[in-house]
Amino acid sequence: MRLFRFKGGVHPDEHKGPTSDLAVRPLPLPVRLHVPMQQHIGVPAKPSVKIGQRVLKGQVIGEPDVGLSVAVHAPTSGTVLAVDDVTAPHPSGLSTLAVVIEPDGEERWCDVVVPIDPFQIEPEVIAGKVGAAGIVGMGGAAFPSAVKLNLGLSKPIHTLVINGAECEPYLTADDRLMRERADGVIDGIRIMQHALGAGTAHVAIEDNKPAAQKAMRAAAEPYPAIRIVGVPTRYPMGSEKQMIQTVTGLEVPAGQLSAAVGVLVHNVATAYAVHQAIRFGRPLVSRIVTVSGGAIAAPANLEVPFGTRVQDLIDHCGGYREEPARLVLGGPMMGVALAHTDIPVVKGSNGVLALTADEIANARPPHACIRCGQCSNVCPLGLLPLEMAARIRAGKSEAAADFGLADCIGCGSCAYVCPAHIPLTQYFNFAKGELAAKREAKRKGEYTRQLAQARRERLEREQREKKEKMAARKRAAAQKKAAETQQEAGQ
Amino acid sequence: MSVPVLTAPHAHAHASVRGVMLTVWLALLPASTYGLWLFGWPALNLLLVTCAFALLGEALSLRIAGRPLRPYLTDGSALLTAWLLAMSLPPWAPWWIGAVGGLFAVVVGKHVFGGLGQNLFNPAMLARVALLISFPLEMTQWANPAPLGSAQAPGFMDGLLITFGGHPAIDSVTGASILGHIKTELSRGHEVAAALAGNFDRLDAAVGGMRGSLAETSAGLLLLGGLFLIARRVIGWQIPLGLLGSVALFSGIAHLVDPGRFADPLVHLLSGGLMLGAFFIATDPVGSPASRLGQFLFGAGCGALVFAIRTWGGYPEGVAFAVLLMNAATPLIDHYVRPRIYGRRRDGAPLEVKRKGASQ
Repeated sequence: MRLFRFKGGVHPDEHKGPTSDLAVRPLPLPVRLHVPMQQHIGVPAKPSVKIGQRVLKGQVIGEPDVGLSVAVHAPTSGTVLAVDDVTAPHPSGLSTLAVVIEPDGEERWCDVVVPIDPFQIEPEVIAGKVGAAGIVGMGGAAFPSAVKLNLGLSKPIHTLVINGAECEPYLTADDRLMRERADGVIDGIRIMQHALGAGTAHVAIEDNKPAAQKAMRAAAEPYPAIRIVGVPTRYPMGSEKQMIQTVTGLEVPAGQLSAAVGVLVHNVATAYAVHQAIRFGRPLVSRIVTVSGGAIAAPANLEVPFGTRVQDLIDHCGGYREEPARLVLGGPMMGVALAHTDIPVVKGSNGVLALTADEIANARPPHACIRCGQCSNVCPLGLLPLEMAARIRAGKSEAAADFGLADCIGCGSCAYVCPAHIPLTQYFNFAKGELAAKREAKRKGEYTRQLAQARRERLEREQREKKEKMAARKRAAAQKKAAETQQEAGQ
Repeated sequence: MSVPVLTAPHAHAHASVRGVMLTVWLALLPASTYGLWLFGWPALNLLLVTCAFALLGEALSLRIAGRPLRPYLTDGSALLTAWLLAMSLPPWAPWWIGAVGGLFAVVVGKHVFGGLGQNLFNPAMLARVALLISFPLEMTQWANPAPLGSAQAPGFMDGLLITFGGHPAIDSVTGASILGHIKTELSRGHEVAAALAGNFDRLDAAVGGMRGSLAETSAGLLLLGGLFLIARRVIGWQIPLGLLGSVALFSGIAHLVDPGRFADPLVHLLSGGLMLGAFFIATDPVGSPASRLGQFLFGAGCGALVFAIRTWGGYPEGVAFAVLLMNAATPLIDHYVRPRIYGRRRDGAPLEVKRKGASQ
């Protein structure tokens, strides 16, 4: 199959060796689970359980709120201890609402829906079930999957691209999933294909995972509409736009969703979750997490119930071999640095990394930019990071926006290669935030102005009406008086 | 436990500014070593003086600007500037040419603009032009090649005398560069071919046995270093190709029209500072455009100016002037020539939504 090349990209050291041959093991149930109500992009779910309540595995503990939101389910059976704030798995380190469950160790599932043949039911019904199962994009973005599946109803989707690239170094969770549960993944892909009405499905797997490619090819053998595509190992291959470009040659126009060109991308782990939800009625309550990095004593791939603290994963892996220089949730290119390990694993967490000083970008102070242009050479969007950074540094975020800041996907390739060690991604995140705040302020200002205008008009109207009323009353009084005078005169 | 929270990416390619400078210096080394051998002790003296004064200027400027000394003094940028300047100077120039040049390049060429990465003009070329305009005599006395170990090579003490003592007999061992010679002969009504006869051997120019600047003489070694830089992806091919291509194109056309008045492209390509300029000077990223198309245009503009200055200008050599002029045009090029962003047209508008029935 003909492949296309996306611009730029980098080849970070893979570091996948320590875990790629380790089969997925279930993590023993921790003492407590802190299940956040927000594990997805959008509005947090609303807790629907009370303290002291007994819950069963798979039971809804958070109802989706209005707007973009999905349900959260109990990862195991047990008792609700609290509904309280925990530190969110987010760079801000702010707190987020979570349901705290003490497992009873019985792992008793709640009543599951009787399995049905997914190919006999309507696409909307499938999307509805996927939404009810709390499934979100498991590649890291955590966008509610049902919303994406529903796009097939409004826009014709000809190609479903399944992301098995796993382009982030260290991570092997998707690799193991494809090797160990290929049949389930392929079944999930077929269900999503049916839900979207997509004629073709391409499963893109980077060439550094030959075993996963082989297993998936074998599982896809009976289904000619599903093609397993080996793609070059190049970061950020797993980014939606870059993957669509590589596999289909299509370019998503700026400001549009990929559905605009008739393509949707879902992650392999999402496909597997869909398979579980539709075939067995099992909602999303756990995922495979790679625990790795030079500071981890015994790296592993673990099946982890959501709400498990990062510390529990590290303890299970024998703790630290040496003091880590940095803890990361996700991959080293786009993952979130953790301030501590009391942070719960959520639906989008594909890795926990404890990195040594040698493995991380040495945190030396940034040097002056020499405009060497490496950043623009590797930018997969064709941006000029050096020009944007120079403007943001000078406090001119708008000027940076003029250079395409909004198109930046935050992949970090520029900062990865920068010889001056300038934290370019941080610059861009800062400026994006600043511009968003300005837009919001402008919107609010506009709204305030509208309100003030409306008030002024109302006051003027009232004044006018009052005057008119007064005039009318005066006229009436005058008429009455005149009439009286007439009467008097008539008498 | 608690570790500092830092933003992604957490991995790094382990590149550094010093590494970039070191690579460029390595690429310069063959041509420099050859030049030092060709012109002997006085050339080495001049190089050392230039570097020392550039470092002095760097340290003083950093001090005044209140910046940390160590990271910037040791990043190799000031040394590289001084090295490039020295490479472009007449090898037996007196010490104060190197001293003034080194100071001027770093202090006026770089720090006055705000330091590393902020300069509009190439510091080495700015200094070279300042020297050429201020001290035209010293800057146009080209020593005859006198390789170390040969009979005419000055000894160590003679070298010191030439560099620091104002060698009285210097006139007897110097002459014009080939470009200067052509210019003079043309002004005297002679044809290019007559001027070249017996004075210019193409092989000699490629290898580097001609009179000229310290390390500009060997076109071959400079080309080698330049290709190494392209292979290591320190520089792109756009600027060198644009520059050499446009010099070859314009001089080729002119030569075809009137071979008597215009030297052929090979004379242009192999002489003067063209190779050094194409691979090491014009490619300085600080003063050149950011986009690849912009870089090509920049290179082509440099080449056109080099040809124009060499042919019609008051000076026989034009690389330094050409680079400075194009440095000034860089902000303009950068404003108008930008790479196409994914999902957008070159003018920045989003792509039209095109629908394919199915992918292939």
